[in-house]
Amino acid sequence: MIGSPDVVAFTKEDDFGDSFSDPCSLPEEFSVPLFAHAANANPWTKTSYAKFSKDFILVSEFSEQVGPQPLLTIPNDPKVCGTFDLNYFSLRIMSVDYQASFVGHPPGSNYPKLNFVEDSKVVLGDSKEGAFAYVHHLTLYDLEARGFVRPFCMAYISADERKIMHQFQELSSEFSKASEFLKSGNRKAFANELEKKLKDLEYTRSVLHKETELQKKNNGCYSTQAIEKANELANVEKSIYEHKDLLKQITSYPSRKKKDVGFVQRETEKLADTSVLDDTLNSNHSDIADKTVLTESDSRKSSYTPQLIKAKSAKCFDKRLKTMEELCDANFFHQTLKQLNITEKSFRGDLCFIYTSQIDRALLGKQRVTSFLFEAEREWENEGTSKNFNISSNNPTVPILNLSGELLSLESYTTCIDIDHIKPGVESMEGPPESSLSDITQETSEAADTETKGSFSSDKSIEAFGGVSPSSLQANYFDGLERKSKVSIASPSESASSYVAVPQRMTDGNLVPMDAACCIGQDGFIFEEPLPELAQECCGDTVVNQEPLSLLQGDPALQVDYILEESALAESPNMGLTFSELNTGVLSEEVAKINIEYVSDSTSFMSTSTSSDRAVSPFTYSSALTLKQKKKAGHSSLRFIRQYPFAQQAIFCLLSGRTLVILGVDEGTVRKLVNALFFFVPNLGKYGETVQPWLSSPFQLTDLQRWKLIGLQRAASPAGSSILHSLNRYSRYISILDSDSKTLRCPPYKGTLISHLADHRTQIKRGSTYFLHVQGMLTQLTAKAFLYTFCHHIHLPMDINDQGSVTSRRTNFLLQLGYTVEESKIVQYLSELIKQHYIQGSSMGGNQSFCFNYTTSYLYKI
Amino acid sequence: MLRWILGGREAQGTVEKSAALFIGEEQPKNCFTEMQVLKGHFDIVRFLVQIDDLRFASAGDDGLVLIWNVETGDCLIELRGHTQQITAMISYTFIRGGNAHTALITASSDRTLSLWDPDSGNRVQNISDLQSPVKCLLVLVCLDVWLSGGNELCVWNRDFELQCKTVHHSDAGISAMVELPKNFIAAAMDKEIVIFKLNLSGSDIAVMAMRHLADHQDTIHSLIHINDGLFASGSHIGELIIWDSVDWTIQAYEHILWEEPARDGQSEFKLNHQKQIERSIQHMSSDGEYIVAAIGSGLYVYNVLMKSVVAYRRIAHDSNVLHTVLQRLMSCSEDGSVRMWELQDLPLPAEPASSGFFGMFGTFGRSSKQTGPPAKKIPEVPGLRSLELIGDLIGHSGAVQMFLSFKEKGLVTCSTDHLLIIWKDGEFQSQLRSLAVFQKLEENQEL
Repeated sequence: MIGSPDVVAFTKEDDFGDSFSDPCSLPEEFSVPLFAHAANANPWTKTSYAKFSKDFILVSEFSEQVGPQPLLTIPNDPKVCGTFDLNYFSLRIMSVDYQASFVGHPPGSNYPKLNFVEDSKVVLGDSKEGAFAYVHHLTLYDLEARGFVRPFCMAYISADERKIMHQFQELSSEFSKASEFLKSGNRKAFANELEKKLKDLEYTRSVLHKETELQKKNNGCYSTQAIEKANELANVEKSIYEHKDLLKQITSYPSRKKKDVGFVQRETEKLADTSVLDDTLNSNHSDIADKTVLTESDSRKSSYTPQLIKAKSAKCFDKRLKTMEELCDANFFHQTLKQLNITEKSFRGDLCFIYTSQIDRALLGKQRVTSFLFEAEREWENEGTSKNFNISSNNPTVPILNLSGELLSLESYTTCIDIDHIKPGVESMEGPPESSLSDITQETSEAADTETKGSFSSDKSIEAFGGVSPSSLQANYFDGLERKSKVSIASPSESASSYVAVPQRMTDGNLVPMDAACCIGQDGFIFEEPLPELAQECCGDTVVNQEPLSLLQGDPALQVDYILEESALAESPNMGLTFSELNTGVLSEEVAKINIEYVSDSTSFMSTSTSSDRAVSPFTYSSALTLKQKKKAGHSSLRFIRQYPFAQQAIFCLLSGRTLVILGVDEGTVRKLVNALFFFVPNLGKYGETVQPWLSSPFQLTDLQRWKLIGLQRAASPAGSSILHSLNRYSRYISILDSDSKTLRCPPYKGTLISHLADHRTQIKRGSTYFLHVQGMLTQLTAKAFLYTFCHHIHLPMDINDQGSVTSRRTNFLLQLGYTVEESKIVQYLSELIKQHYIQGSSMGGNQSFCFNYTTSYLYKI
Repeated sequence: MLRWILGGREAQGTVEKSAALFIGEEQPKNCFTEMQVLKGHFDIVRFLVQIDDLRFASAGDDGLVLIWNVETGDCLIELRGHTQQITAMISYTFIRGGNAHTALITASSDRTLSLWDPDSGNRVQNISDLQSPVKCLLVLVCLDVWLSGGNELCVWNRDFELQCKTVHHSDAGISAMVELPKNFIAAAMDKEIVIFKLNLSGSDIAVMAMRHLADHQDTIHSLIHINDGLFASGSHIGELIIWDSVDWTIQAYEHILWEEPARDGQSEFKLNHQKQIERSIQHMSSDGEYIVAAIGSGLYVYNVLMKSVVAYRRIAHDSNVLHTVLQRLMSCSEDGSVRMWELQDLPLPAEPASSGFFGMFGTFGRSSKQTGPPAKKIPEVPGLRSLELIGDLIGHSGAVQMFLSFKEKGLVTCSTDHLLIIWKDGEFQSQLRSLAVFQKLEENQEL
C-alpha cells in the first residue's frame, strides 16, 4: 500500500515549481496531477447532471438498414444508464464516423480492395447530456454488407471529462485489445464466409456451365437463352475471381499487425479453429495460404453443401444483417465481452482513485524483489502482456472532439497539433435539442456534417503527430503543467503524454479495484438497494445529517445507504483529511474526522452484531485472494486484537515464520481466527497457499513447511488423538492458539514493533483502515528486511576465516535498525524469504527448507 | 504438554515428562535450525551412503535407491530395479580412465546384486539368482575386489565376476564383515567370528576360513574396525570384545550390565528383568581411540587405548538406539529422535557423587531433574566423564534408522516413516544464501 489515498492529499501544488529536486521526492511519473479546482468549488457537483449513475461501456453499430443503434452496454444493467438516451448517444458517437475503411474498386484495380485500417480513437463530449466518451471506432467485414464493411464503435462513457482525458492512453490500449479480439474473430469468420461463398459460386458455375452446354445443344450457340446463360456464367466467373481475391486479401492480413494480436492468439490458441487462421495469417505467400485454407476447410467443412446462387441478390432491406456475434467467431466475441467487462471494472471509480492505484502499481512494480511478501499478488510475471499493450496502443495522440469545452482547454494541445483540424464549428454542437426519435433522421446528416469537420480520423491525426516522439510529448507535458494554473481543464496532450512512462494497467481479472475514499464522487450516485433494517437504525442518526461533504445534493436515504455501503467506505480518517485539503469549507479537519470515525464506529458496531454471518473465510481454493478480502479481514483482525491480549505474540509468531496452529472444536470460530490473522503471514501466496483454514486430519512434518497458519479441528475421535499427538511431537516448531480455552502457547515477545502493529487500545475503528495501517507497517518492515538482505558488508566475509564476524556484523546491523533480538528474527525470516525468492525466482517451487529456532514457549492466557 | 492440549488447565511446567531425558526447547548448542524433508520412498528407509561431497544415496524396503543432492534437497535420480527390499548398500570407488568413479553396489532380498552408476542412473551390472540373499557387502580397495556375505562369502571383481566363494555356512549367515590386515577378513556369523583369508595367486583369488572365534555367548550384532591393530564386536547380551587384528586375541572384554548388583531390593529386580532385553549392542562406531556403542536405549563410550569406560548413559533414548557416530557424538533411536551429546568432565572425580550435586550440574533447565537416575549409578571409575545431552532433533514420526553427516552441509537422517530429513545449520545456510544472492546480483549486473 504505497500509494494509499492519503498520499494524494498531501501532495502540494508548490512542488511543481521547485527547480531544486529533492532526492527523496517521488519521480515525476509517480506524481498526481492535482485536482484543478476553483476556490470553494465542490468537486462533486459538476457531474451531478449526468443522466446515468456510473460509467459504462456502450457498443453501437451504424446499421445500413436502421442507422446508428446501441447494441449492448456493459455492465448490462438498465439501472446504470438510467434515463440516459442510448439511441441518441449512439447517433452521436457513430456520427463521428471515419471514412478510412471503405472497400471499393480503387482506380486501376479490377477487384474490390480491403483496407486494413487502424481503429480510430476519439474523445467526444456532450455537455448537455453531461456525458463524455472515449469512442473507439472499428469496422468489421461482412460479405453481405454494403461495401463489405460494418462500422461499429465502442465507447467508454463517463460523466467526468477529466477521467476520459487523463486515462485516454489506458482506455485506448484496453479498447484496442477488445477491438483486436473482435477483428481477428471477424477475419476468421469472414474468411469462412468467403470460402462458403466461393463454394456456392463454383457450384453455381458448374450448374450454369451444364445449362449453357444444354442450351447450346438445344437452341444453338447464338440463341438468346444461350447468350443469357453465357453472360450469367461470365458474371459468376468474375464473382469467383473477386471473392478469391478477397479471400487472398483477408488471409494475407499483414503479419506486422499480427504481432499486436499476439496476445489474442495466445489466449485462443487452444481453439482448434484458429489454426487455420494462424496458418494463413503467418504465410506470406497468399497462394499457398489460399490452398491451405481450401484444403483444410475442405476436410473440415466437408459437410457443407454448396447452394445455387441466384443471379439477382435479394433486396437490401429484405435480408437480415448478421449480429455482432455472428460476425465474429462466438469465442472471440465472448473474449471481447470479457475484455470489455474487465475494462469497465478497471476504470471504475474516481480519477483520483485510478491515479492512486496506478501509482501504487507502478511503485509496486519497482519492488518485485519484495512485493511477494505482503502485497497482493498482481501477476507481475507477465511483463510481456504489458509490453503488448504498449505496442497495440500505437496511436500516441488524443484526437479530441470537444463539443462543449472552451477553447482554452485546447491551448497546450495546439502546441503540437495543427489548429486547422479544429474548426470553430465545433461549438455549434453545444446544444442540440433534446431529440426525439423522429428528430434523429433529420439531424443525422447535419450532425454528421458538423462533426466531421471538428473531428479528425486517426489517419489524419497520425499525420499530424507523425514526428512527435514520446519525449517531445513529455516535454510538452511539463510545459502544460506549468501552465496548469491557468488551464482549468487539463489539456489532452498532458493526458496523452503523462502516461508514456507509467506502466500500463494490468488487466488481471482477479484484480478487483479497491474502493477507496476517492470513489466517493462516483459512488455517491450509485443508488443501492437499501438494507431496510439498517437504514431504519441509522436514519435518525444525527451523524448522517452532518455528513454532507460529498452528498449535499443527494437525497437523505441515499446518504444512509452510502454510509452503510461497507466496501465504499474505505478509509474514513484520511477521507476527512482529503476534504479539508480540498477546502470544502464545510467542516474543519477535526470535525470531519470525528464525524466519520463516529460513523464508522457505528457501522463497525453494526457489523459486529452480524459478523458471525459475514465471517466467510476468504479461502476458497482456486480463487485468488483479493485486496477486498484482506480488507474485510481487517475487521476480524481488529476484533481479535481487542479481544485477545496475546494477539501480539500470535502475530509475532506469524511474522517470524513460526507456524501458528489454531485449535478448536468449532469450525466457524477457528475459521474466524484464521481470517483475522491471515494477512500477517508473509508470502501468503496468490491463493493463500500458505494458510490452511481448516484441517481435520493429523498434520505431517511437511505441512509445517507448507503452511504457516493452520486451523485444526479438535476432535474426540481416534483421529483427534493422533492430531494431538502430532501437535505434541512438533510442539517445538509451532505455536498453538487454543480457541476453546483461549490460550496461546508460543515463544515470548517483548518488543515495541508489534505493539504498534497490534495495539489493543488502538484508535482505529474500521477494519479496512486497520488493514492499511498494518500494510503500512509491514511495508516498512519489508523495506528494512530488504536493506538487511542486500547490504553488502554485513553478509560477505572480510576474509575466509571470518565467519564469526559476519554473524556479529549482522546482529549489530539489526540492532542499529532498532530491533530487539526477537524482532531481529522477523527481519531475518523476511530476509531469508527474500533471498530464496530472489535466487529461485517467483516460482518458489522445489523443496523448501523449513527454518526454526530452539526457544522456550510459554503459555499465555486471556 | 499433551495434557494441556487435551484440555487440562494446569500450567505447563507441572506436566510430567514421560521421557527418560528431556531437554527443553531452549537448545543453544544445537545448530540445526533448518530442515528439509525429502519424500520419495514408499517404505522404511534403512540405508544412507555418501557418494561424494554433494550426493548421497538412500535405500530401503521399497527396493528403490534414490540419489539426492544434500545442498538443494533435490532427488537427482531414481534407481529402480530391485523388486524387494534392499539389504545392503555400499559405495564402490574405482579408477577408470584416470578418473575416480563412484558406483553403488546394492543387494536385495530378491537375490540380486546390482552395480549402479549414480551419474546416469544406469544399472551397469546385475547378478540375479543368487543362492541366498546378501546381508552385507565389503569393498577391499587394495585388491580392487568386493565381497558379499550371506549364507556364503563370495568374492567378486570389478566386473561382477565371481572369483571364489566359501561353502555354505549355517542358516544364520554372515551378518557383518570387517577388513583385517594382510588380506584377512573377519566375518560375524551368529555367535562366532570367522577369520577368512584371501589367497592371491596370480589373477585367481581363493578364500578359506582360518579360525573360528567363539568367545561370544550370544548373537553378534555389531562388528567394527577400530584401527589397524584392533577391531571390536558386540553381542546381544552386552558383551563388548576388543580383538587384535593380527593374531585375533582378545584385547579387552567388557560385559556391560547396566544394572549394578541389587541395592534397593525388589524394585531393582524388576528392572533387571526388563533391562536384560535392552542391553543388546545394536551398533558401534569408532574413531580409532574411542568406541561409542549403542546398548539398548543407552550409550556407552569406551576408550580403547586406556581400556576403560569414558562415559555412559544408561537411558539415552526412550527406546533402542540404532545408530551412533562419534565425531560429533550423536545417536538415533527407535523413538524417532536424534540426540546430540557432549562429553563433559566431572568437576571433581574424587568426590563421591550425590544426586543433589548432579542436579545442579551441567544440565539445561528442567531436564536436570530427569538426569538423576543415571547419575546415581556413577561407579568409582577414575576419569569417568558424563555424557550430556546438548540437543535433539525431532522430526521423524518413526524410528530413525540411520544418519549420515555431511559436516557443515548438514546431517541426513532416514526413518521408518519413509522420509529423509536433511538437518542444516540455519546460520550457515543463511550465509550461503546471502552469497548466492550477491553472486546472482553480480551476474545480472544489478550491483
